[in-house]
Amino acid sequence: MDVVVTGLLLGGTYALIAMGLNLQYGMARIMNLANGEMLVAGAFVAFWFWTGGQISPLLTVFLVAPVAFLLNWLIYVIFLRPLAKRAKSRGQLEVDAILTTFGLSFVAVGLMLAFFGGEYFSYSYLSTPVYIFGDTYGANRVTAFLAAVLICGALWLWLARSRAGMTIRAISVAPESARLVGIDVRRTAALAFALGGAVTATGGSLISTFLTLDASTGVIFTLKALVIVIMGGVGDVRGTIVAALLLGLLETFVARLIDPGLTLAAAYLLFVVILLFRPQGLFGRPTA
Amino acid sequence: MTKLSSRDWGNLSLAGLAIIVAACLPWSAGAYNLTIGVTIAMYTVLATSWALFSGPTHYISLATAAFFGVGAYVTGIGIQHLPYWSLLPIAGIIGAVMAALVGLATLRLSGVYFVIFTLGLAEFVRQIITWSQNISGTKGIYVLTSINEADIYWQLLGLAALVWLIGWLIGRSRLGFALRIIGDDEAVAKHSGIDTARAKILLFMVPGAVAAITGAILAPRYVYLEPSLAFTPMLSFQVVIMALLGGTGRLWGPLVGVIPFTFLWETISASFPNQTTLLLGLCFLVIVYLLPKGFVGLIDALRNRLNKGEAWA
Repeated sequence: MDVVVTGLLLGGTYALIAMGLNLQYGMARIMNLANGEMLVAGAFVAFWFWTGGQISPLLTVFLVAPVAFLLNWLIYVIFLRPLAKRAKSRGQLEVDAILTTFGLSFVAVGLMLAFFGGEYFSYSYLSTPVYIFGDTYGANRVTAFLAAVLICGALWLWLARSRAGMTIRAISVAPESARLVGIDVRRTAALAFALGGAVTATGGSLISTFLTLDASTGVIFTLKALVIVIMGGVGDVRGTIVAALLLGLLETFVARLIDPGLTLAAAYLLFVVILLFRPQGLFGRPTA
Repeated sequence: MTKLSSRDWGNLSLAGLAIIVAACLPWSAGAYNLTIGVTIAMYTVLATSWALFSGPTHYISLATAAFFGVGAYVTGIGIQHLPYWSLLPIAGIIGAVMAALVGLATLRLSGVYFVIFTLGLAEFVRQIITWSQNISGTKGIYVLTSINEADIYWQLLGLAALVWLIGWLIGRSRLGFALRIIGDDEAVAKHSGIDTARAKILLFMVPGAVAAITGAILAPRYVYLEPSLAFTPMLSFQVVIMALLGGTGRLWGPLVGVIPFTFLWETISASFPNQTTLLLGLCFLVIVYLLPKGFVGLIDALRNRLNKGEAWA
C-alpha cells in the first residue's frame, strides 16, 4: 500500500513537469530538450532562497514562475522563432529544434556548473512525517503533490474553459486553420512555450524539497518527461496525467522491489512497450 | 553497379595513399602526438559511420556511447576466454543486432521517437550492467593485454578505411540511391515502392556495428573498465558535433570536423576542465545558426564563388 501512495505522490509531481513539456512540444511544436535544465534551475533557486533566507519553496514559486516565463519567452523569440521561420518542413524544424535545445541545455549545464559547482544539493524542508492509511510519508512529498495537483487542475481548467486556453489548443490541433479564424499563431506559440517553461521550473522548485539534485541531472528529467508526454499522447492533458501517475508507480515499484538504480531503465522499458504497441499515446487515435 | 571511371580510380588511389601516410604516424610521432592520433582516428571512425546513417536520413542518433560501451565490455569480458582477434567481429555482430532491435522499435515511427530512444539507450544499458554487477558482486573489470597505443592506432585506421569503403559502396548501390530519395522526401520514397523502414534499419546497423568494434578496440586502453567509464554520454554528443561540424554530405566531411574539434577539445579540457559542457553547447548553436551544412558546405560555397569569379574574368 505504501508503495502505491509513494508512487502516486511521485507521479503527481512528474505530471506537473511533463505538463510543462507538453505545452512546449504539443502546443508550441518545439521539442525542448533543455526542459530538464529549466527544472534544475527552478530547484536551484528554491534551494538558494531556503538556505540563504529560510524562505519557503512554496513562496519561492511565485518568483520562479514569472521569471521562468519571461526567460522561456525570450528563448523562444531569440532562438526558436527564427528556426520556425526558416524551416521548410516540420521534420526540418524538429531536427533544428533538437540540436538548438541540446545546445541550450549544455550551455545551461555549463553555466550552472560555473556558478554553483558540481556538488549535489539538497535541503530539509518539512521533513516531518504525515500519516496516510496508517503509513508514514514525508510532509514535503505530500505538499509537493498537493501543489502539483492544484497547478495541474488550474492549468487544465484554463486550457479547457478560457478563451486563451482554447486558442492554445487550437494551434496544437490545426496550426494552419487557426490562422484562418484570426488566431495569432506566432504569439500564441510563444505564450505556450513560455508557460510550459514556467510550469516546469515550478515543478523543479517543488521537487527540490524532497529529491537530491545536481547541475547535470536535468537530462534524466527531460527523458522522463518525454516518455510521459509520448505515452500520454502529444498535446493530450488527460493522457499526460495518467501516464505520469503510471510512471511514478512503476518507478517506485522497481526501486522498492528490484533496485533503486534501475528507475530510468524502468521508464525506458515502458517507453519501448508504448512505442511497439501504442505509438499514438494511451488515448490517441491511430493516424494514417 | 556501374563501372569505375578514371576519376574514381584516382580518388581511390589518393585515399589509399593518404591512409598509408597516416599509418606511418607511430614511427614519426612522440607519445603525446600518438595519443592525439588515436583520439582523432577514433572520432573519425565514429563520426564517419554516424554520418553514413544520419547524413542521408536526417535522423539524429545519440546511441554511439551505448554501442561503444557494449563493444568495450565484449573485450573486457571476452578477453579472459577467447583470443583477441575473435572479439572484434563478435562486438560488431552484437552492435549490429542491437542496432537492428533499436531500429525495429523506433525507425518505423517519426524521427523524434528515435532521438529520444537513442538518448536514453546508453543510460539504460549502463543501469542494467551496473545492476547485474551489483547482483554478481563484481565491480569493474581489468583489461590486461599486451596491446599498445600503436596497435590501437593501426586497428582504428584499418577500421576507418573499411568504413570509408563501405560508405563508398553504399553510395553506389541501390540502398544508397533509396536513401537519398528517403532523405529528400520520405513520402515520395514510399510511393515509388521503397521499403523505407527496412532501408533505414539496414543502414543503422552500420554505425551500430562500427561503434561496437571501436569500443572493443579501445577497451585495452582503459585497463580498468567500469560502466560509468564505458558508457560516458558525452561521447555520443561529441560524435554528433564533429560529424555535423564537418558536414555529412560527403564521405570525408566528418574528418574535416574531427581534426579541429579534437584540438579545440584538448585545449579547452586542459585549461578549463569545467567548461567543456559549455563548449559543447556553444558548438551546437554555432552549427545550427552559422554552419548548417558544416565545413563542407562552407568549402562548397567558396568553390562556387571562385568558379563564378573565373567565369566573370
